[in-house]
Amino acid sequence: MADEVYPEDLRYHREHDWVRLEGDEAVFGITWFAQDALGEVVFFEPPAVGALLSADTSYGELESVKAVSDIYAPADGEVVAVNDGVVGSPELVNSDPYGAGWLVRVRLTNPARLDALMDRDAYVAYLAGLDQA
Amino acid sequence: MSPSTDFAQTAQQREAARTIFERGAPGRRASHLPDMDVPTRPRDELLPARFRRAQAPKLPEVSEPEIVRHYVRLSKRNFDLDSGFYPLGSCTMKYNPKLHERAAALPGHSRLHPLQRPERAQGALELMWNLQRALAEVAGLPHVSLQPSAGSHGELAGVLLTRAYHEDRGDARDIVLTPDTAHGTNPATVTMAGYRVVGVGTNADGGVDLDDLREKATDRVACLMLTNPNTLGLFDPNITEIAEIVHDVGATLYYDGANLNAIMGISRPGDMGFDIVHFNLHKSFTQPHGGGGPGAGPIAVSDRIAPYLPVPLVSRTETSVGPVFDLVGDLPKTIGRLRGFQGNYGVFVRAYAYICSLGGEGLRRASEVAVLNANYLRALLRAPGVGEYLATPFDRHCMHEFVVSGGPMKRELGIRTLDLAKRMLDFGVHPPTVYFPQLIDECLLIEPTETETRETLEAFAQIIQEILAEARSSPETARNAPYTTPVRRLDEATAARSPILRQPL
Amino acid sequence: MLAAIGVDSIEDLLGAIPAHVRMRDPLDLPAGRPEQDVFAHLRELAARNTSADDEVTFLGAGMYDHYAPALIESIILRSEFLTPYTPYQPEISQGGLQAMFEYQTAICELTGLPVSNASLYEGPSAVASAAYMAKLANGRPEFVVSRGVHPHARQTLATVAHGWGGRVVEVDLREGVTDPDDLAARLGPDTCAVIIQQPNFLGAVEDLTALTQAAHAAGGVAICSADPLTLGVLEAPGNQGCDIVVGEGQTLGNRLDFGGPSFGFLAAASDHVRRMPGRIAGETRDADGRRGFVLTLQTREQHIRREKATSNICTAQALNALAGVIYLAWLGRKGLPELGELMLQRTAYARARLAALDGVELVHSQPVVREFAVRLAAPVDAVIAACQDRGINPGFALEHDYPEYPGGLLVALTEQRSRGDIDRLADTLADVLSMFATSVAGAEASR
Repeated sequence: MADEVYPEDLRYHREHDWVRLEGDEAVFGITWFAQDALGEVVFFEPPAVGALLSADTSYGELESVKAVSDIYAPADGEVVAVNDGVVGSPELVNSDPYGAGWLVRVRLTNPARLDALMDRDAYVAYLAGLDQA
Repeated sequence: MSPSTDFAQTAQQREAARTIFERGAPGRRASHLPDMDVPTRPRDELLPARFRRAQAPKLPEVSEPEIVRHYVRLSKRNFDLDSGFYPLGSCTMKYNPKLHERAAALPGHSRLHPLQRPERAQGALELMWNLQRALAEVAGLPHVSLQPSAGSHGELAGVLLTRAYHEDRGDARDIVLTPDTAHGTNPATVTMAGYRVVGVGTNADGGVDLDDLREKATDRVACLMLTNPNTLGLFDPNITEIAEIVHDVGATLYYDGANLNAIMGISRPGDMGFDIVHFNLHKSFTQPHGGGGPGAGPIAVSDRIAPYLPVPLVSRTETSVGPVFDLVGDLPKTIGRLRGFQGNYGVFVRAYAYICSLGGEGLRRASEVAVLNANYLRALLRAPGVGEYLATPFDRHCMHEFVVSGGPMKRELGIRTLDLAKRMLDFGVHPPTVYFPQLIDECLLIEPTETETRETLEAFAQIIQEILAEARSSPETARNAPYTTPVRRLDEATAARSPILRQPL
Repeated sequence: MLAAIGVDSIEDLLGAIPAHVRMRDPLDLPAGRPEQDVFAHLRELAARNTSADDEVTFLGAGMYDHYAPALIESIILRSEFLTPYTPYQPEISQGGLQAMFEYQTAICELTGLPVSNASLYEGPSAVASAAYMAKLANGRPEFVVSRGVHPHARQTLATVAHGWGGRVVEVDLREGVTDPDDLAARLGPDTCAVIIQQPNFLGAVEDLTALTQAAHAAGGVAICSADPLTLGVLEAPGNQGCDIVVGEGQTLGNRLDFGGPSFGFLAAASDHVRRMPGRIAGETRDADGRRGFVLTLQTREQHIRREKATSNICTAQALNALAGVIYLAWLGRKGLPELGELMLQRTAYARARLAALDGVELVHSQPVVREFAVRLAAPVDAVIAACQDRGINPGFALEHDYPEYPGGLLVALTEQRSRGDIDRLADTLADVLSMFATSVAGAEASR
């Protein structure tokens, strides 16, 4: 299992999803915190390529042995690719949540939306707040 | 106390698992069928080739001794209630009297065809009638249908009855309320019955949060599903107020009978204001659980719900030659059938035998002792050596079961509730229910039942104390447990990622 | 114990229960009795039932009097199988879990489908469970159900489908089987699933291949409810295009028990596995690399997914399913087709004998395996009662569920009914029918 890290180059959603901007496209995944809470991931139910995602709503599910978690879109966009690597080997979400464990690639329809997301420091502070609650 | 040797590593128990399909030899068999004693006709004349099976199913090819030995070996890889303490919360693992198996096996019961004409099934129908009456009395609600096959099936019946009741009055409602402590079956049932689930919070005393309930109880609410005592083992003293809130908005109040073992003969759901109750005959009324079934989930309802009850019902008519029993199926407003035939009659026989053995007084006594045993075990677990690590979250007496939190244990000793449970396996007891209800951190839900002795309860508390003492010096022992069981911790993640659900043949 | 708790009496423990909801009087039930009295009472009730031991019975219509070998009870009454709960702790439940895995394998073999769950309540509710899976698969509202499906299954489906907003439309029978033209007329864009029974309620063998093709052409799921003991001679429904196969498991080593408990089986094509209800066992390894079994794909289930679960079912009929797999192992690879062949020939013999009687004609002439329907020229309920008075139960009266077959009698065979029994049935029926014919003739003569 990966070490707990939250890369600087990502933006973070309060439901523990991350987004990496790559030109006018973006990659979505779940954070180290989310995969740790879920435990060993055993199944990824991805959206269809071409599906329109809206920010803050669920676009798929990740399952561990004894939990199911909705995955929330951090921004609006159209799915251009699904990570078939995770569909075939869901454990990649645990072993490499920011790399091989990415979930979908999206063409953003409202890139300005990213401004509403947290940067690394804000997300780490947000996690610290959750811990105290 | 030391780890049990019940599962000690006998060759039989530790041998590699082989399935029945991996035993035997080609051509071997156990069955010998009666002779073909009628004149035979050409196969194709009776069954055209296009309907014929091309390749026979690859069933096992084994002798009778091989079958017996195989399944006896398998049985030795199971823990069971007759072998040891089984305090599985919310499951009421009370002793199953042996008389019940003898009675259920009588050919007059076990070899009775479900479509036998009622005139020739009077004994069975009388038994069902008597059981309906007894369950009505225990519930405090006058009308009973025995049909549902399990608790979850009874729940489905109950929510469908609620739907029928509202629809009959032309009242469109779309929400069913369930507390956040509810059994998972409650919300799942609500969805299957076409309603939307809205959760209701829990107050600091472990009961329904009345303010939250008042806010959510609108005229869109069809029903509140509740169990009392709830899954925390606590009786909700506000039950009458809850019932009023629910009834004031025209909704029904549903009683999940999973926890009925706390209150039989002490308090009745009908008197609390419930409209619909399901029973778990495999919990409160001793049907053996069979490794996950069979059970039965009869329901009792109030007058206003009665017209919608599932069919068939048993009726009784007084005649000059005595009472005559019949099956009634043509009720104009019934929700219809929920399954084939009359229900799990074999389960009814056992539950009825239990009620006849105990009587009303005995049922009350059973519940009282269940409450006593739970409170005694709870007190033992609050003692030094255990109480520091397992928190008892509500400072109230419990009913027939109680929750403890392994939160302090996790922080102080670095072992989780799962580890504690797995280590218990080495001591020859079944662990309590773990990680339910979800609102308690690292939860254990413990239900000892009335059929356990004081010595058993004390031995169990002693086992927990020893495991915790052991974890102080060597927490990894619990983390890697169990050691003495037929298999050790199993890789459930791989089983779910790459499911192997049948044997390739 | 009270002192350790810190109270003076049990009453003190019940303080949370408000006085006004406490029972003031004891439960109004007869006083408890010793074991021997209770047994005597239950024996007396049993004695007032006419069991399959008390008459020569040809009654079937969903449950059948097959022989369950003695080894089944000797195994399933072992405490280790009889008294545990659902296998939540797999390390100490390997016996039950492995039995489930073996059961699933056997059901897959019978049905010709790749995945099976660990069993459901019983047959008719399994039909409704299959329909709910189809609803989760394609979201369409209409279930097209053959009238050849057991009436209890059709009624059960109608009850539960009403809850989730499903509609049930029935397809008529023609010459004893599902009418393909009526089926075609009822299929459409709303069709969620087509449900057929094999053999159907009238005993007739359905042309599943043609019916499933029609279902698939309409975009629906093809569901079959099958009699497992006919699947040694009948093609597996999974090999004829069915997506989900369910059925009643009573005939597989379980008691008649006046209708239950038995079990329902459910097998499906692989793409349906995550929509299956109930428990599923899977194979895995333990920490030492040893083979073992667990409950798997649990995220489908109510205790995890709650309101989004594929079903509210949280039990399997584990003990009944265990009896089922033991029975199938006993019957064995050779025995299942042999049993099918024996039923096929004896049923053909019985059908021919009855059809030759005055006052009896066949309802249909389709191929049958174990059950067939005839029409009597006399009131069927009265004929059944008169035969029963002579020690023969001739079968099931169809007309209450099928007004389109007045005088219909459904006659079932098992390996327990010998040629001698069949001859006795024919002779008894002949006697009884001639008695009715005489009384009718007498009544007409006196008019």
